[in-house]
Amino acid sequence: MYGKKVKLRFIFIASILASVILTVFLILQSLKDNVVYFQSPSEIKSLVEISKKKIRVGGMVKKQSIAIRSDEVNFIITDFKNEINVIYSGAVPNLFAEGKGVVAEGFLKDKNYFSATKILAKHDENYKPPEVKEALGDK
Amino acid sequence: MLASQIGYYSLILGLFFSILLSGYSVKDFKIKSKVINQNLLSLSFLQLFFVIISFISLILSFINSDFSNETVFNNSHTTKPLFYKISGTWGNHEGSLLLWLLVLTLFIFIFLIKSKEQPKKYRILTLLFQQIIIIGFFLFVLMTSNPFNYLFPTPKEGLGLNPILQDPALAIHPPILYLGYVGTSIIFSASLAAVTQNYVSREWAYHIKKWILVSWIFLTIGIMLGSIWAYYELGWGGFWFWDPVENVSLMPWLTLTALLHSIIVLEKRATLKSWVIILSITSFTLSMCGTFLVRSGILNSVHTFANDPSRGVFILIFLFILIILSLVIFFFYFKDNNKDLNNFFLLSKETSILINNWFMMYFLSVVLIGTVYPIFLDVIASEKISVGPPFYHKLIIPFLIPFFIFMSLGPGLKWIKSKIDNKNSLIITFIISIILSLFIIKNLTTEILYYTVLVSVAFFLFFTTLKELFTKKFNNSSQIIAHFGFSLLILSILFNSILSSEIITNMKIGKKYTYNNSEIFFKKIEEKSKSNFNSIIAHFEIKNENGKIFELKPEIRIYNQPVIITSEADIKTTLLEDKFLVMNLVKGNEYFNVRYQEKPFMIWIWISVLLISLGGLMSFFKKQYEK
Repeated sequence: MYGKKVKLRFIFIASILASVILTVFLILQSLKDNVVYFQSPSEIKSLVEISKKKIRVGGMVKKQSIAIRSDEVNFIITDFKNEINVIYSGAVPNLFAEGKGVVAEGFLKDKNYFSATKILAKHDENYKPPEVKEALGDK
Repeated sequence: MLASQIGYYSLILGLFFSILLSGYSVKDFKIKSKVINQNLLSLSFLQLFFVIISFISLILSFINSDFSNETVFNNSHTTKPLFYKISGTWGNHEGSLLLWLLVLTLFIFIFLIKSKEQPKKYRILTLLFQQIIIIGFFLFVLMTSNPFNYLFPTPKEGLGLNPILQDPALAIHPPILYLGYVGTSIIFSASLAAVTQNYVSREWAYHIKKWILVSWIFLTIGIMLGSIWAYYELGWGGFWFWDPVENVSLMPWLTLTALLHSIIVLEKRATLKSWVIILSITSFTLSMCGTFLVRSGILNSVHTFANDPSRGVFILIFLFILIILSLVIFFFYFKDNNKDLNNFFLLSKETSILINNWFMMYFLSVVLIGTVYPIFLDVIASEKISVGPPFYHKLIIPFLIPFFIFMSLGPGLKWIKSKIDNKNSLIITFIISIILSLFIIKNLTTEILYYTVLVSVAFFLFFTTLKELFTKKFNNSSQIIAHFGFSLLILSILFNSILSSEIITNMKIGKKYTYNNSEIFFKKIEEKSKSNFNSIIAHFEIKNENGKIFELKPEIRIYNQPVIITSEADIKTTLLEDKFLVMNLVKGNEYFNVRYQEKPFMIWIWISVLLISLGGLMSFFKKQYEK
């Protein structure tokens, strides 16, 4: 009934559509598994259950909270309402200092302890994580 | 002071000439003559000339540390070395936009000179579309980011350039990258002009291919420079972090690579017309988006610098206008008057290039979604998320396997209808690749199957291109070299990621750290002071498994203006391996945070990217004498 050309074109469009749908599905699916959520110490305090997924915690490094040993760095992240202890072994960026903004990536042990796998550096010494800015309001 | 005035008024003059140029070209468009009016060329030159004057005045203001200029005040300092005073000109928002403008006007001028044998109306239309972009950028610079703002009273000292940007690779990275970005604007204007004139033809493809190559080469090298910088300056020892700012430079590269391949189909076979036009529009849009995303501060990235939202809005509106304009032109003017699409056979070079394009589009959508989704979620649900390397690795690496197989077979095919020649030798090559990679991988990692498959296909591509490199006549050497470079790149990256080792520890001066027969000894530190920073240089002695001792001297720099601490990694590069040591200072502590890495084949990553660009360069020059 239809010419060969129409048929070919139909197959062509159908295969494009199918692969686009497949691509989008695939991407969204693995996005779900690999997204890292960002939480402030206060948000962690209000959690109902501790998830095993990787998260990021942002805030300021509490003054006089950094303690260094040969294999570990411990410090406290605060958003001036709540705080959380961080245990970390790994490289520390240069802009990491007491009273400055910090973003740590890792896993929650419980609501008070966070085991970090990475500490993120920012180029700007006055940088505050946007969430911290929000949390601090006008300060 | 004087330089700023000259710079500012030259910019306004430049804008004036752009408007004049647009008017003249509309007038000339209606005149029935074969050649374009010589005035257009002169006007284009004047436009370029005034932008150059403006740019030079900004450089002079930076060299003279003229702090009555706000941009200089914000980004420079008297103690900064001359080289970084100059590179500071484009290391900031205002200056980098002026550089965009400079490249825009330069490229259209070159286009006018180099396109003499093209139809007149097509040239004028390209000029006109390019003027729309140029005027938009003039307005953007003058209204939201004037680099010549006057400060009174004149401050005594500037705020300084972020020390992390005071680096030779990063000094030339933005200009090179911009040459690539802005090159896509010519492709954009030219393809719109070609669509309106119904000139999307084999001649057009032949002529625009050079511009595609120019943008592609610069973009490739620009991305590589940024990557080298990140490798030694950011102190992680990695070269690609799937960071949003890196991704936005990769996206136009992917579309340009796709375009580079499909334009050959258009040139040889006069098909894929609409696809070429769509790719041209997309490449430019992505380049603009790149500038927009980096400059607007929307991206939450390690590379984000201070910024201003009103600028983002301007670029966004401008971008929308351009996209709508191009879509309207595409839908209303595009005519595919060539109906011989029927002789498209399954096994042919056309199909293999089309497959390449499909893969590029897939990679593009992965990177695009990974980059944009966090922004989207932040706006819609105000949830903060980040998408890390696992996402990209999971979605991209498995698809590299079929991609490499197609890449090995594709270039051997002929146009229109083909069959696979010398099947036997291909099968033998494939088997050798599998055995070789199984043999290498067996002892290196636990994920044997995964890596063996990956390394096998990479070796397969490597051997097939290597063989072609030696057997084929030199008629298509540019393509072979680029593909060979790509296989080398993938092999280096794979072995680099499998074989890299890392030690992170906190050390005091005079202490030793031992691990599997190796030893890191923190001998001493010495302090030095330079014009704009003090440095702490540490001496480390490293003894590896074979008892060989060598010294590495990483450095911590404490810049005085602005007060920022940076780490300079010490890297010993050999053909086989990079030894990378970086240390960090933890404030108020006697411990230093030490990171030592052994990274095999690092240098081959850079070499292979250079090979890829060399392939492009050869293709650029090849066609000139063939004609």
